[in-house]
Amino acid sequence: MSPRVEVTGAAADMLRHLTTTYGPLMFHQSGGCCDGSSPMCYPVGMFRTGGSDVLLQTLEIEGLDPIEFYMSASQYEYWKYTHLTVDLVDGRGSGFSVEAPEGKRFMIRSRLLTDGELEEYGVEARA
Amino acid sequence: MTVYANPGTDGAVFSYKPRYDHFIGGEYVAPAKGQYFENPTPVTGQNFTEIARGTAEDIDRAVDAGWKAFDAWGKTSVAERAVILNKIADRMEENLELLAVAETWENGKPVRETLNADIPLAIDHFRYFAGAIRAQEGGISELNNDTVAYHFHEPLGVVGQIIPWNFPILMAVWKLAPALAAGNCIVLKPAEQTPASIHVWLDLVKDLLPAGVLNIVNGFGIEAGAPLASHPRIRKIAFTGETTTGRLIMQYASENLIPVTLELGGKSPNVFFADVADEKDSFYDSALEGFTFFALNQGEVCTCPSRALVDASIYDGFVGDALERVKLVKQGNPLDTDTMIGAQASNDQLEKILSYMDIGKQEGAKLLIGGERSDLGGELSGGYYVQPTVFEGDNSMRIFQEEIFGPVLALTKFNGYDEAIEIANDTLYGLGAGVWSRSGTQLYRAGRAIQAGRVWSNTYHQYPAHAAFGGYKQSGIGRENHRMMLDHYQQTKNLLVSYANKAQGFF
Repeated sequence: MSPRVEVTGAAADMLRHLTTTYGPLMFHQSGGCCDGSSPMCYPVGMFRTGGSDVLLQTLEIEGLDPIEFYMSASQYEYWKYTHLTVDLVDGRGSGFSVEAPEGKRFMIRSRLLTDGELEEYGVEARA
Repeated sequence: MTVYANPGTDGAVFSYKPRYDHFIGGEYVAPAKGQYFENPTPVTGQNFTEIARGTAEDIDRAVDAGWKAFDAWGKTSVAERAVILNKIADRMEENLELLAVAETWENGKPVRETLNADIPLAIDHFRYFAGAIRAQEGGISELNNDTVAYHFHEPLGVVGQIIPWNFPILMAVWKLAPALAAGNCIVLKPAEQTPASIHVWLDLVKDLLPAGVLNIVNGFGIEAGAPLASHPRIRKIAFTGETTTGRLIMQYASENLIPVTLELGGKSPNVFFADVADEKDSFYDSALEGFTFFALNQGEVCTCPSRALVDASIYDGFVGDALERVKLVKQGNPLDTDTMIGAQASNDQLEKILSYMDIGKQEGAKLLIGGERSDLGGELSGGYYVQPTVFEGDNSMRIFQEEIFGPVLALTKFNGYDEAIEIANDTLYGLGAGVWSRSGTQLYRAGRAIQAGRVWSNTYHQYPAHAAFGGYKQSGIGRENHRMMLDHYQQTKNLLVSYANKAQGFF
């Protein structure tokens, strides 16, 4: 299956760098105020996912353990038509996400899924 | 018109110090690991001070200092605490201009807002809770002739507070004033995007508070925020921010079995019913301002009215007039009192807003105005400015459902009352809402039907201390402002007393 979430080269490099400090990592896509609508990156085990989350993608990055990318199921309902790319920009602060002290910030770039991709993922096209 | 000089330059009303440490136990102390981070102003993008980079060791030390102070502070009379809160308010009032310029320089918001809203509201907040705590009473329940239940309010102890960056001083004060009034000691972590202006405030008032009552530890979320939120010796944690961190805070609180209050944002609908356009009078004018309020504070407000819902029967005319109003929003140097919209608080915030404009266009939303970054020239070219932007589209689009936290309005139309309420409530959040109508009945019905903690009715963006603020649905837990906020910082002690002087007869 083609990936629904990908990472840019800069984001992958940062993930490799952060892994040396924090060990295996995961993402949970945030919503809401302030630093919301951003992907939060945590050491595996720090953030508990559960039945209200959707595993959107397991990211394969060379040299790293697979990185799971989650989103709450309620938020997914509005995001399911889009392909996501985790990018890295200059920034300062993002909740408890581990990249913040590096002066960088993970950020989502989006594009609409094609009809073929929607079919592949079993998502009904929007009316 | 006044243009304040940049802090640190000739003629400035105020200058930041080159460095800020942690404030623990009544004094400034260097961070345990000796590290600092740079703090840039969004006005120009240039660094202006450096900030202690706190870690778990600093949080430990601050929690210790808080408990050391608590025994005495928790036993002060409410009159003593109220006097201190009033003195803090007076100091702030005497230094209003200084505080306003400091906050504007750090956050990028226009000084007209900090002079006329942020700082005056913060001052009033201290005065409100000074009054509220003195007026608060416990309870006595006479259970029968011999038995009485007494209910006392007691402070919780040392509490943790994590502050957002959109109103660095006012949001801190929303949490500080009730916690101090109730007799708690505090470990506060400012946002890493805006860590400095709270220290300007602290410099003005720190002699008024006993050592250890208020401790401020700076740093990043992962390094200082998480150790604070998960600390086993805090008795409560308060957080304003986003949903994923909100969940993490609750997760930590569940480990320590402590209460949380969370304010996690929204996607507030602003509903304009057909009778708004019955006349082109001052009410109509106020509704046009209400529409334009999405640009207040550059849209960096949890209750930003970021979805405008306009009745189809007045849509073309009202939206036309409203867009003319949006065109009048003056963007410029935040230190100019004529400027209405300043800079976004950080580069990543700017990038996120631009990425949402991109997905809005991809999803087929129609751009009516704005839609780009602004380059204001000169030294402001390095700052983070975005044009006030209005997209027309459908409520299912991502720009209608996600908090962009920028001056970006998602506009749509509705046919009649029922559809207005349906669209208004079709969101994961429920923090704020606006309703505009000349009919008192319609205003009341809509206000009650919208699932949000505050529904501004024929007004918007007012934040008085005496009105409860907080969210329905995924917008959070608990309330801020209002006397009821004291409950979030107090324990209830019940003394159940028998004056019978005889056995109950069971044994």
